[in-house]
Amino acid sequence: MHHIVTIAKRELAGYFATPVAYVFILIFLLLAAAFTFYLGGFYERGQADLAPFFNFHPWLFLFLIPAISMRLWAEERKSGAIELLLTLPVTLWQAVLGKFFAAWAFTALALALTFPIWITVNWLGSPDNGVIVAAYVGSLLMAGGFLAIGSCMSALTRNQVVAFILAVVVSFAFLLAGFPLVLDAFRAWAPQALVDAIASLSFLTHFESIAKGVLDLRDLVYFALTMVFFLIATAIVLDVRKSE
Amino acid sequence: MIKTERLTRHYDTLTAVDGISFEVRPGEVLGFLGPNGAGKTTTMRMIAGFIAPSSGSASVCGHDIEREPLAAKAALGYLPEGAPSYGEMSVLGFLGFVADLRGLEGATRRTRLAHVIDRLALGSVAEQTIDTLSKGFRRRVGIAQAILHDPPVLVLDEPTDGLDPNQKHEVRSLINEMAADKTIVVSTHILEEVDAVCTRAIIIAHGRIVADDTPQGLAARSRHHNAVSLRLARAEQFAPARAALAALPQVAEVEGDEANRRLTALPRNGASLLADVNAVAARDGIALDSLELEPGRLDEVFRTITA
Repeated sequence: MHHIVTIAKRELAGYFATPVAYVFILIFLLLAAAFTFYLGGFYERGQADLAPFFNFHPWLFLFLIPAISMRLWAEERKSGAIELLLTLPVTLWQAVLGKFFAAWAFTALALALTFPIWITVNWLGSPDNGVIVAAYVGSLLMAGGFLAIGSCMSALTRNQVVAFILAVVVSFAFLLAGFPLVLDAFRAWAPQALVDAIASLSFLTHFESIAKGVLDLRDLVYFALTMVFFLIATAIVLDVRKSE
Repeated sequence: MIKTERLTRHYDTLTAVDGISFEVRPGEVLGFLGPNGAGKTTTMRMIAGFIAPSSGSASVCGHDIEREPLAAKAALGYLPEGAPSYGEMSVLGFLGFVADLRGLEGATRRTRLAHVIDRLALGSVAEQTIDTLSKGFRRRVGIAQAILHDPPVLVLDEPTDGLDPNQKHEVRSLINEMAADKTIVVSTHILEEVDAVCTRAIIIAHGRIVADDTPQGLAARSRHHNAVSLRLARAEQFAPARAALAALPQVAEVEGDEANRRLTALPRNGASLLADVNAVAARDGIALDSLELEPGRLDEVFRTITA
């Protein structure tokens, strides 16, 4: 646990060593605001809730989370620092988790910095703050799912751009798993059970109720399992390809 | 100590390391030599626990690198090829990070950090970002990181690569200083380094050990071992001197470099030539600028056995 914290701290400090972290947070906040006010019609709806804000998170994350996760392992492999890290007395798991938690904490910070919108809605009306907290928790969990996918894609390559594109593509498939775009590719030949299973993997479907403030245990377990699955995949990929 | 037993690593169809067995004890400095692609780095990576052997085993201080990886890694200081580090960190920040993962705390942490920074002359750049440092400084940061926890076993992959002659000398004396009670393995391309720091040398080629000897023992395999080199004072004596040397029964061959008035007499079966050559010079009145006995040429041995 001690080592995980040490690795996470170093990684997190690394984000802020360059302007990348600040640029990222700025873009995240600008886009979140633009989506909420223009596409979401925050004022026009005349309702005191943050649905127009949270509804766009999956789309915001689709492109921004891979930008965070792309350097996690690709950079480490390119610079050779992975050889240094993994020959120190740490386990592969401590390294995988340390880096993942750093990226997740960074995302949590970006998300926390959207607090002005929460103040705004409280100032304009009286929203159900329980719903808003639940939606924030759900959004952070979904971000964790995206990050775990990104971590795995980053482990596959030494090139950050490739890692970014792979993460966007895989995340997009997961996002839309419940929609015809993805399902039609399987309907023609796969049994109905498999199609249903794929449909149930959709980030959007699972996030839908969370965005409304309903924290269903099944949705939480779903995002948790997604993280566990892709972090295990990260460790396996690293174990096989770390020296290449 | 380090022990490897039939250590082997395959990459797809290529066998990078093929059944390498050796043992290095405390007090020994083993030079690991071989042409590029011979398997040096792969062997060191397996000992350091970065890549798993396809078969065979390696252990550090009795800890098998696959069964007890953490204990083995704790006993080992390792400088990976190219001395990688985290470029965006400061030297002090980076060494502090390694110290934390090495479990150094409190006063020990402070003393050890101060010691390596002083020993590798990193004081002037301690607050600087590693990316902004010269190659020589980065290499020294890598060495500092490897010796930070005062490990009983050190594996250094090309520790002097990219250093200037003064820095090379510094690193070599550091290795000599630590050699007394540590087990050290150093890989290098530079053969003079073997003479300067190693008590023993292993040459590998195509993934196999082709020689395992002391540097003197290796040099003795050279055609030039016990050869006598002389530099003539007068150019007109070059041809007669060459003929006179070639006529000696113990001389196998005479190499000549007329422009530099230099002659080298190679002995038959490593016999001693010095007395004979001296006698010939006195008899024929050959004027000499210099006369030296050669210990043998490592580069020649290296080329012969790795070709």
